[in-house]
Amino acid sequence: MKILVGYKRVVDYNVRIQVKPDGSGVISDGVKLSPNPFDEIALEEALRLREHGVASEVVIVGIGPADLQAHLRNGLAMGANRAIHVSTSDVVQPLSAARVLLKLVEKEQPGLVILGKQAIDDDSNQTGQMLAALWGRPQATFASKLGIADGKATVVREVDAGLETLEVDLPAVVTTDLRLNEPRFIKLPDIMKAKSKPIEVIELAALGIVSGDHLRTTHYAPPPRRGKGVMVKDVAELVAALKTRGLV
Amino acid sequence: MNKILIVAEHHDGKLNPATARCVSCAQRIGGDIEVLVLAATPDAVAQAAAALDGVTRVRSVAHPANVHALAAVLAPQVVAAAAGFTHVLAPSTTFGKDLMPRVAALLGVAQVSDLMQVEDAQRFVRPIYAGNALITVQAPGGQTVVATVRTASWPEARAGATPAPIENLVLEVALPTHTRFVALESGKSDRPDLQSASRVVSGGRALGSAENFKLIYALADTLGAAVGASRAAVDAGYVPSDMQVGQTGKIIAPALYLAIGISGAIQHLTGIKDAGTIVAINKDAEAPIFEIADFGLVGDLFKLVPELQQALG
Repeated sequence: MKILVGYKRVVDYNVRIQVKPDGSGVISDGVKLSPNPFDEIALEEALRLREHGVASEVVIVGIGPADLQAHLRNGLAMGANRAIHVSTSDVVQPLSAARVLLKLVEKEQPGLVILGKQAIDDDSNQTGQMLAALWGRPQATFASKLGIADGKATVVREVDAGLETLEVDLPAVVTTDLRLNEPRFIKLPDIMKAKSKPIEVIELAALGIVSGDHLRTTHYAPPPRRGKGVMVKDVAELVAALKTRGLV
Repeated sequence: MNKILIVAEHHDGKLNPATARCVSCAQRIGGDIEVLVLAATPDAVAQAAAALDGVTRVRSVAHPANVHALAAVLAPQVVAAAAGFTHVLAPSTTFGKDLMPRVAALLGVAQVSDLMQVEDAQRFVRPIYAGNALITVQAPGGQTVVATVRTASWPEARAGATPAPIENLVLEVALPTHTRFVALESGKSDRPDLQSASRVVSGGRALGSAENFKLIYALADTLGAAVGASRAAVDAGYVPSDMQVGQTGKIIAPALYLAIGISGAIQHLTGIKDAGTIVAINKDAEAPIFEIADFGLVGDLFKLVPELQQALG
């Protein structure tokens, strides 16, 4: 079985992003970029399935500009067999990303697609569900446990009410939650090995994806700040303050 | 004229209060507001939805396949029911997050995630980068607007004077069988629901163990509060994942939030910044949680929490 993994590059999760004073965007110059943490979890899960003999090949997909290749090399160093770089300088929103992935699914015929549940830049949490819809296949989102047997996946999902278990027929789309696994660290020899692994480049336009139905972002703003509070010296003072506000 | 369809979230025959928050959001958009109830036995949920102020009609679909909320099963029904509507909304809970992108893709439209504010019927404010930036997005004209509603940004609609009519709907839609419910493991608790509670006490990594978390439960019970946790506490196995508050967990807006032994990573802060009053107890005076806390107390939580509980008891 082949597994297709979405591998997006995002602003590192430790960066506190700043909005430009004129509201035209966020300050991205010189900001550290990293693989989307949920996508690293997706790749780790695919690699483990390959190591357990469930999968035979792990293919990562990235959508972005020419310099995305260095990012894809990270995923190859982590252990993916090969990468597909869908090349575009446009910002690709979830519906278009799902359409791109559908084209690649049709070409690659994977038994399983694993994506992060959300990218920590736009926080949309849409692409996996959209791909599953367009593909007409099952989805198991927010996975914290994944088992594959007899052409089916059993997935434990982190939902508001607790942990839900679903059984889905393959092929299917699984999106990862935080506790599915802990991604491995990349070792130096693997970085060397990754240099010879193939990256296939496909122009976005060559896939025939037209992106006319997008949300247009008209303004960026910083979030309202909460006023600086006060430090209290002890429990008695805290309780008195809460009573003043009528909270206890 | 806008026609807004809200997909009801429900569990065990009860309407989730998140649906009433979607009604408030829909009222801000303006227009007819209908609620779609997809269930095996929808009557009680439909009646609860019909009682909400602002709802003009409830469409109730009884189908055995709807006994569990499976996105792949519900999505084609929502699409069929959405014909003629300008907007389709659901709460930005795990239910709505799972379902609505599938609906949007079947309709061939983009989705607005975590709708916080309505500028007009096509323009909305939503958070990105863990809430560190808010963007105004414009949905394309002439298309259905599909959105998930950030529940912490909207109050619950109250009960109306007269209930809205309930219409039973039969949808002729082929439903897939490729997705099957197996089980739900739910920590049954008599405490208030984390997402709708007016008071929440959360614990962090500093608790040190699942055993020590009983301090948090005890304080919460004194206050009649729900219990939450930071990602660090969930990752460490102190509490189950459904208690996680933050960017990738639950976004909440209680009147009172107590953060105990939580340092305050930006991913956690984004889950609580709509809280009315934030109290932080932490031994590290430099912890970022104090930057957004209304009241901060520096000290040993193992001493202060029992003291606080006693003072409030």
